[in-house]
Amino acid sequence: MVTGRIFNIQRFSIHDGPGIRTIVFFKGCYMRCAWCCNPESQRYEIETLLENGKEKTVGRDVTVEEIMPEIMADVPFYRRSGGGVTLSGGEFLAQYEFARELLSACKDEGLHTAVESTANAPYEHIAAVLPFIDLYLLDIKHMNGEKHKKFTGADNSRILENAKKIARSGTELIIRTPVIPGFNDTYQEIRDISRFAASLPGVKEHHLLPYHRLGQDKYTGLGRDYALDGVQPPTAERMNYLLSVAEESGLKCRIGG
Amino acid sequence: MEKIKFVIEKSARIPKLIDALYAKMPEIESARGILVTESYRQTEHLPIILRRSAAFRHILENIPIVIRDGELVVGSATIAPRGCQVFPEYSYEWLEAEFDTVAKRAADPFYISEKTKADLRAVYPYWKGKTCSDLARSNMAPEAYAAFTVHGMFTPGNYFYNGIGHVNVNYKKVLEVGYRGIIAEAQAQLDALKPYCPEYVQRHNFLKAVIESCEAVITYARRYSVLARDMAKREKDPVRREELEQISNICARVPEYPAQNFREACQSFWFVQLLLQIESSGHSISPGRFDQYMYPYYKKDRDEGKITVEQAQELIDCIWVKLNDINKCRDAASADGFAGYGMFQNLIVGGQNVYGMDATNDLSFMCIEASMHVPLPQPSLSIRVWNGSPNDLMIKAAALTRTGIGLPAYYNDEIIIPAIMARGLTLEDARDYCIIGCVEPQKGAKTDGWHDAAFFNMCRPMELVFSRGVDRGVQIGPRTKDVTEMSSFEEFYDAYKEQQSYFIQLLVNANNAIDAAHAVRCPLPFESCMVDDCIGRGKSLQEGGAIYNFTGPQGFGIANNADGLLAVRQLVFEQKKVTMAEFKEALENNFGYGLTGSGAERVTGEIVSSLKERGVKVDENVVRIVYGEVTGAGGLDPKKKARYREIKRLIDETCPKYGNDIYEVDMFARDVGNTYTKEVEKYKNVRGGTFQAGLYPVSANVPLGGQTGATPDGRLAYTPIADGIGPVSGRDVKGPTATANSVAKLEQSVASNGTLLNQKFHPSALAGMEGLTKFVALIRSYFDQKGMHMQFNVVTRETLLDAQKHPEKYKTLVVRVAGYSALFTTLSKGLQDDIIARTQQGF
Repeated sequence: MVTGRIFNIQRFSIHDGPGIRTIVFFKGCYMRCAWCCNPESQRYEIETLLENGKEKTVGRDVTVEEIMPEIMADVPFYRRSGGGVTLSGGEFLAQYEFARELLSACKDEGLHTAVESTANAPYEHIAAVLPFIDLYLLDIKHMNGEKHKKFTGADNSRILENAKKIARSGTELIIRTPVIPGFNDTYQEIRDISRFAASLPGVKEHHLLPYHRLGQDKYTGLGRDYALDGVQPPTAERMNYLLSVAEESGLKCRIGG
Repeated sequence: MEKIKFVIEKSARIPKLIDALYAKMPEIESARGILVTESYRQTEHLPIILRRSAAFRHILENIPIVIRDGELVVGSATIAPRGCQVFPEYSYEWLEAEFDTVAKRAADPFYISEKTKADLRAVYPYWKGKTCSDLARSNMAPEAYAAFTVHGMFTPGNYFYNGIGHVNVNYKKVLEVGYRGIIAEAQAQLDALKPYCPEYVQRHNFLKAVIESCEAVITYARRYSVLARDMAKREKDPVRREELEQISNICARVPEYPAQNFREACQSFWFVQLLLQIESSGHSISPGRFDQYMYPYYKKDRDEGKITVEQAQELIDCIWVKLNDINKCRDAASADGFAGYGMFQNLIVGGQNVYGMDATNDLSFMCIEASMHVPLPQPSLSIRVWNGSPNDLMIKAAALTRTGIGLPAYYNDEIIIPAIMARGLTLEDARDYCIIGCVEPQKGAKTDGWHDAAFFNMCRPMELVFSRGVDRGVQIGPRTKDVTEMSSFEEFYDAYKEQQSYFIQLLVNANNAIDAAHAVRCPLPFESCMVDDCIGRGKSLQEGGAIYNFTGPQGFGIANNADGLLAVRQLVFEQKKVTMAEFKEALENNFGYGLTGSGAERVTGEIVSSLKERGVKVDENVVRIVYGEVTGAGGLDPKKKARYREIKRLIDETCPKYGNDIYEVDMFARDVGNTYTKEVEKYKNVRGGTFQAGLYPVSANVPLGGQTGATPDGRLAYTPIADGIGPVSGRDVKGPTATANSVAKLEQSVASNGTLLNQKFHPSALAGMEGLTKFVALIRSYFDQKGMHMQFNVVTRETLLDAQKHPEKYKTLVVRVAGYSALFTTLSKGLQDDIIARTQQGF
């Protein structure tokens, strides 16, 4: 049986897809976004995080069989709220074989499945999991390849290409953009992302997620530097302005997931 | 997107009424105390029931009355806003002893003038030996009296010192037939009473007392009519003059005659609600299904175009304000337990009607709106939820929850109806239940539920297992086996059950002794005439006149005991990491964290008593030396201290805890709960009914925790015991769904006197319609799993500030901001400040 490396299972999550959800956080990511609020998710290796002066091991290897009971525990809540399971990370595609098995097990139980992903992976990997996904929440952070690479460590061309393919597959797709001051919070940058999103067949929604600093303590706990030190979260006023910019694309847009 | 229904603009009158109500510290007045004494002095030749109605009449004919500025609904128990009267027939010594401190105490202070003190000092001597409390005490088995007064095993103090209250009367009947109609009903019973009937004396006296009480109420309302007319004559403002004239006309009609419209119904309702609380000092006089019995009057006026929604809302808001005008002064210790001037007037909306169909109507929404307009503690607003509850009503309720006032409380028809049917209610009666006081279900207008009969602290019998039934040097419980000689966990668990069962028997004795005293000294003819079938049976509620009779003492401490028993099983019997002797010592020494106060005295008593047993001569000096050792003045051996702390660490960090959705653990907690509930239900009360357990502590888990030593779950001495049926605060670390799953595993249907689950939320979890919808889904999911009750503290900015200061109290406080969840207390100060700032902005 395939094992997967995860670092958390978060129940009663209400901001990551429809209804009340359980999120499985995968460990390991292809990208290194400077603002990442889960820096402990980036490396695949199991590591130690200092939290309130106590050492905490981040990452454990599990089988699908092991974690299904915890996912199933909240079925009464999924049923009432239209919720389900969300795979997040990290990048779940980095462990697509385990993800496929987990998603398949969830579908066998009749659960609604969603993923939060950058889609920065070979498309065969995506194609392997798509049949078991009800909702793809895809991050598009910037349309400019160079700037994208500078802030995330990865080029965006494969992401944009995969976005088109996922859209064509017919899986429900929502585009999300973390709004980071100094990176993508201008009129043109948000407009371009939203226009691209609107060009994808079947895409109806674009969500803007305001930058926050809640992950900052964890950088300290991991002994890493926080590149965005001193950057302030965008104001409500700025977010409302960018929302109106995004809405020019004709998509249904909102602030927050 | 769905809109929130019945968002109605608040009348400018309401904030003014509220400001006037809260302008001053509440005051104790002497009028009722003087009048009841005057009457009693003149009626010593009469049977008690007629003395009660004569006193009620004398009070209502003479007590000062007032109409406050701007009121539409009138009638106040005191001249001072939020003032309180005194009820010396129940008890008085505590107030006399607190005359000079009651205005200065921290919890619920009351101003008392020198004149009032003098007035009361003059009447108190009459009551010596004559109070309900005096008789209750002499009725009680000495060991039961000692168990509650000296040893704090349980506290039936509420009804020992005060009236019973905890009732829902037939408001509907008063609205429909008026007190004239009730007098006619009593008169018809009198006319039909055969002189040879063996119960002639009791019935005859009771029915006479009912008639006299109803006449007194009519007189009282007419006094308001006259007062309003006089005020109207002097009033310069034409608008107010018109209002006063209307008030005068209304009070001349109701509650004597049937209400003709919604406004009359509101005034009639209020007289009933007020006068129940002048007849007796009992609290939790619960209006119950207000949206049901008031609806016909609202509907008729609306259909005929006689009232607008705004006008109706203003009247409801006025009633909400008046519900906060009623007050009660309790003794200092009880005030700590009921802090916040609690009157527990529970008013419930929604749910099923007697046919099992949904009963929601406009007034259900408007009652919720009223609590938005009048954000005060009263009424205790509740909502009944069933599979067919309309979503828009749930959303409306959730929007009120979001404001952070802790209302409404949510109740599950799907479990409560079968639970009370199992206690003998008919299906129709069960479907028509309301909630009394905090969380107690009953069929209104047919029940004497004695719901808040006592607090039973389940952690105390656990303490006695370790001391073999000895408390403060006295053998008060069964001499169960020495824990150090126990060879299996079952032996230990059985000893706990044995201790607990014994004290439940004493609790039953105490409750029945108090119950019998109320029947003899304080029967209530006015209250009784509005509960079936007192008139038909010709006896008061206190003598068993109601159709359904219960006694409901509530236990608390399930979570601590479940965690503690599991710790003993794991560490002592399974892993053998700790010996029982070590465990016992660790508890006695508060896990090496030092002993203070009453716990030190208790342990000293135990040691002194064992010295005496061994024939050692104990004088004061010896006691002083022992006490010095216990309080740590002698100093604990550092090695032992480290070991005790290690034991606490093992409990804290390696033993499983209730509340984390671990099946075996939660099922064990269920069994622990049943050791209380299934024992209590074996007993009968003196009114021909049965005992039924509740599982909730009101706020007594804090003061009673303050009298409880360290417990095997790692809880330190004198700290609070777990709230309600929820997990120990800070030990449930898997979030609200896991907590709900755990708590739903308890056998709540056996706790038919009510259960209580508090949850804490950050307002962002309820943001927008999507947040409200998910919140409603959370409640419904808990209820799908047979949860009975749920209420929410939506965390405010003040709470977050407190959490910064006392992180240990808020270990599981989850804050949710923009797609990311975090435990608040694990964040750095700067980020916490960020979140506090956001909360303020209403993100």
